[in-house]
Amino acid sequence: METEKQEFVDFAVTARKYKTLLTKKYQNRKVWVNPSAFEIQSIIPGTILEVFVNEGEVVKEGAPLLILEAMKMQNRIEMPFTARIKSINVEVGSRIPKDSLMIELEAVEEE
Amino acid sequence: MTLKKNILALRQKKAIVEKGGGDKAIEKQAAMGKLTARERILALLDANSFHEYDLFVEHEERNFGMEDKVLAGDGVITGTGTINGAPICIYAQDFTVMGGSLGLKHARKITKIMDHALRMKVPCIGINDSGGARIQEGIGALAGYGEIFYRNTMASGVIPQISVILGPCAGGAVYSPALTDFVFVVENISKMFITGPNVIETVLGEKISQEDLGGARVHAEITGNAHFYALSELECLEQIKELVSLIPHSNQQKAASVEPKAPKSKKNIENIIPADPKQPYDVRDVIYALTDDSKFLEVHELWAANIVIGFGRLNGETVGFVANQPMYLAGVLDCDSSDKAARFIRYCDAFNIPIITLEDMPGYLPGVDQEHAGVIRHGAKMLYAYSEATVPKITVILRKAYGGGYIAMNSRHLGADFMLAWPSAEIAVMGPEGAANIIFRKEIMEAEDEDAMRQQKVQEYIEKFANPFVAASKGYIDAVIEPMETRDMLLHALEVSKNKDDYRPAKKHGIPPF
Repeated sequence: METEKQEFVDFAVTARKYKTLLTKKYQNRKVWVNPSAFEIQSIIPGTILEVFVNEGEVVKEGAPLLILEAMKMQNRIEMPFTARIKSINVEVGSRIPKDSLMIELEAVEEE
Repeated sequence: MTLKKNILALRQKKAIVEKGGGDKAIEKQAAMGKLTARERILALLDANSFHEYDLFVEHEERNFGMEDKVLAGDGVITGTGTINGAPICIYAQDFTVMGGSLGLKHARKITKIMDHALRMKVPCIGINDSGGARIQEGIGALAGYGEIFYRNTMASGVIPQISVILGPCAGGAVYSPALTDFVFVVENISKMFITGPNVIETVLGEKISQEDLGGARVHAEITGNAHFYALSELECLEQIKELVSLIPHSNQQKAASVEPKAPKSKKNIENIIPADPKQPYDVRDVIYALTDDSKFLEVHELWAANIVIGFGRLNGETVGFVANQPMYLAGVLDCDSSDKAARFIRYCDAFNIPIITLEDMPGYLPGVDQEHAGVIRHGAKMLYAYSEATVPKITVILRKAYGGGYIAMNSRHLGADFMLAWPSAEIAVMGPEGAANIIFRKEIMEAEDEDAMRQQKVQEYIEKFANPFVAASKGYIDAVIEPMETRDMLLHALEVSKNKDDYRPAKKHGIPPF
């Protein structure tokens, strides 16, 4: 293996740090980000067929937001809780990868 | 006179079919930097040892213009031969014949040679170079794949099955290699994926090259689907010959013994491991210092490099090594390294190969990605594989053996036959810093100088527990040995365990966590 080019780094396993090399896979690993309830992300890659809501609109829990077609299946994405649509980052025909931010929400004040 | 005429006719007929897809297609194959199926077989097997079966098999498809198509050997060459004198069965898909596409008869030639290998108890080698299912044959092609997978599974653990990917191997075709014991790939030539770049782009809009999606390096380093990686076809064929010489040819045999040789490694085994437990070294240097002629055939060299697995010989007999590699990720166990070691342990156990475990590991890799990737079930595979194995199991603890990793790396508690430790071994529930922080938490917090107190307590813990003698006093370690004694001790342990007989409860099969 190509050990010459790499440099030993400090690597904490427990309370102790070891001198070692990192593998490519470890370096490219996904860093965990705490998901936000106000971000509607795609759980599967696919194409946006329809968008039912507009920016600024207050939408009730359970109402349809959009249709995401993936693997020949039309998935209806629904509002997780009543909130205002802050921004829509997709349009009809968009092809999106997994985990892409489709819609951002913001809280509405209780009336 | 008639016989003579018939013989001449036979020769002519053979010569035509042996040309596969014909001169033009052969030229194209060469232009891609690839050998032809026939060249590959002849280069791999002993000279003049190849005997072909089913040369004149023809497809029976009558739709989509196939009725007029003549496909030499239906796109696959099958037969028997020898490698270094040992008989094997082999098939090679011929890309020059309709892209090596798999139709029912093509598949039936393969299943026939597989059945033969299983009955004769000889290894089966498959050379894959195929565009995939022959679409014109419809579900006939799917049936063919299924019949191959079924036989791969039946032969698993009975005869060695080796897959060589020397071209495209896409869609369902990849599952036969995945079911076999060892997969060989070659840079720029091998391509394996379930859904190819075209489908991915059409469906998802993600653009990726075949090489980046499922090239040789990707499978050797990232996915772990490939066990051996070579830069050329000829290097790959040499690797196969070496592997075949090291493994038994069925589960009822032992690997061939060869003339014992002393290690020729120039490195003094006492100087390989740094005194500071935080400093790395290449654990393969320890293996080279132990094996006959210092030879070691590493499996999965690039994937999960934090654990090293492979075959070597001790006193002329094949053994399998499983060794933590402090050079990478400090030698931790994680999802991939557990998966890699567990499968290798099961391979060794299935084929009567004793397992030597060299241990120097600080624990499991911490991280959300690891926990969410299922390090619990992957890690459990290793516990399962070691516990289940009935071949001789010998462990040498070189340095760190902490916590769950100590248990996992073939400890006495999982049924190790011989537990040896070097004087540098540290066998403890966790590293001294972590342990002192927990045990002496109160003392440290109440001290005027917390750091000084922590240092003192860590030092106390190191002196008391960071050694092999606590474990030895409980009988968990059989002997604390000097590094120089290791090879002799391993030879002796193998000698003693020659007739090992281990009881296992009767069952249909266990349920390992995969």
